[in-house]
Amino acid sequence: MAKVKRVMGKLLTYTILIMGSLFCIVPLLWMVRSSVMTSVEIFMIPPKLLPDKLMISNYNDVFRVLPFFRYYRNSIIIAGLSVLGTAITSSLCAYGLSRIRWKGRNVIFACIMGSMMLPFAVTLIPTFLMWRTLRITDSFIPLIAPAWFGGGAFYIFLLRQFYLGIPRDFDEAAFIDGANHLEVFTRIVMPITKPALAVVSLFSFLNIWNDFLGPLVYLNSEEKYTVALGLQLFSGVYRAEWHLMMAAACLVLIPVIIVFAFGQRYLIEGITMSGVKG
Amino acid sequence: MKTKMKMSKKERRDNIAGFLFSLPCILGFIFFAALPMAVSLIMSFSNYSIIKESNFVGLENYIRLFSGLDIYFYKSLFVTILYVALSVPSSLIFAFSIATLLNQNVKGKGIFRTVFYLPSIIPVVAMSAIWMWIFNPDVGLANSILKQLGMPTNMWLSSEDTVIPTLVFMNLWTTGSTMVIFLAGMQDVPRQLLEAVDIDGGGGWKKMRHVIIPLMTPTIFYNLVMGIINGFQVFTQAYVTTQGGPNNASLFYVYYLYREAFSFMRMGNSCSIAWILFMIIMILTIILFKYQKKWVYYGGE
Repeated sequence: MAKVKRVMGKLLTYTILIMGSLFCIVPLLWMVRSSVMTSVEIFMIPPKLLPDKLMISNYNDVFRVLPFFRYYRNSIIIAGLSVLGTAITSSLCAYGLSRIRWKGRNVIFACIMGSMMLPFAVTLIPTFLMWRTLRITDSFIPLIAPAWFGGGAFYIFLLRQFYLGIPRDFDEAAFIDGANHLEVFTRIVMPITKPALAVVSLFSFLNIWNDFLGPLVYLNSEEKYTVALGLQLFSGVYRAEWHLMMAAACLVLIPVIIVFAFGQRYLIEGITMSGVKG
Repeated sequence: MKTKMKMSKKERRDNIAGFLFSLPCILGFIFFAALPMAVSLIMSFSNYSIIKESNFVGLENYIRLFSGLDIYFYKSLFVTILYVALSVPSSLIFAFSIATLLNQNVKGKGIFRTVFYLPSIIPVVAMSAIWMWIFNPDVGLANSILKQLGMPTNMWLSSEDTVIPTLVFMNLWTTGSTMVIFLAGMQDVPRQLLEAVDIDGGGGWKKMRHVIIPLMTPTIFYNLVMGIINGFQVFTQAYVTTQGGPNNASLFYVYYLYREAFSFMRMGNSCSIAWILFMIIMILTIILFKYQKKWVYYGGE
């Protein structure tokens, strides 16, 4: 009896997990499937599961009607420079806030952690007006600049957690050998926390790539659009052409999927740290 | 005496080094958090607009908002609270359940975890496009399946009554990272405690009720707070899928704020709207922290 109950339990577990997985994966497969259909096939009732012929040309059409290569270029510039800035400045700050004892450190750290609670809606308008006064809206600068000023409280917090885990003897030994903080940072702390930096870089890449409100507020001319904004523009103009819409959505997704494929382990590690030790 | 001098020299050097290392985020905090916050508060007492002359108006913005003269204020507040009230519990329960199942000895755990996590990294714009297509009332996948099963179809995002539940459902799709946090927390539950329940003859339910859930309360609390904070700030989904419609049924608070600021150029007023949001989030967080003593268990206390 107990055995029957256990088998039933297992069966139920797998059934729910498989149903849940289908819920997660089918929308993505449906997107890919829809992106390679003709405009006739896509509207058939009942829906066809697979297209008769792979309409790869849909992707050409997307590139023809909107400059998606340009959007890619823009997104890559913004994401690349932001990731670089975040990696450099957030690790510098995390070092300063964890491995150097100095006056005011705790106050600064508390302020930065507190700013995590601040809704972006509160700072959005004054920040926009600041860039407007400096006459640098409709450029990538407002989107990239914050990354070069610590990159965000979350990343500093995450790296600080890693840095706190490094034994103090490491730097003490180096200091006795006459090293300064910059040397300890670049030669000791950075090399042993490379995985942590990978976590931060991946998160910041995904956040910047996925950001919608920032580009929406700051970029006016179409040739400066990011892929996320491009997709939105596309959906405004070609609202009924779902096969092209889905092809465009695939194009937005491809870099994210690539990053996910290579960095999944780091991403999961980072999320785990934020939630469990936070 | 000499060592003391040396110490203070090192201290001075550390003070300078610490400040310099932290300088980027100190400047970042000043220019992207503290100053904008202060300016936003000041602006909220003005009728600032970039297209016309502006003056200080005292509490006028707040009074008008709370008086209900601008019908959209309470509407957006209602829509957002409804969304938070539905989406936070549903996503927590969903993520917790999946994590519980994965925490058992299942084959292919890594694959399942990957599959459940994947949607949470999809850009919201793309996610919205995918679900708009699935929920298309005429030819979407959702209605086709319902039709096949002989069930009534639905207008989903195109009906006032179903737009919020549909967005709540879409939100379930992206709970993968919450699930990963829960799963990690569950893996930290000490084995001895679970075995103790086994020895006492307790089954899975007893383990859940008396060991796993109590030990998971800090993680649940964290996800609850983050869920509420994020839920109040939903913007992109509303902007992309419905533009606040139909008939303002999905006029999310931040979307309303965005519209005030960037469509109607009423920057002062939208700063008041932002500060009300900030206060709501603060008060809710404080209440949650106050009541956590009643149900959140921190080890070692």
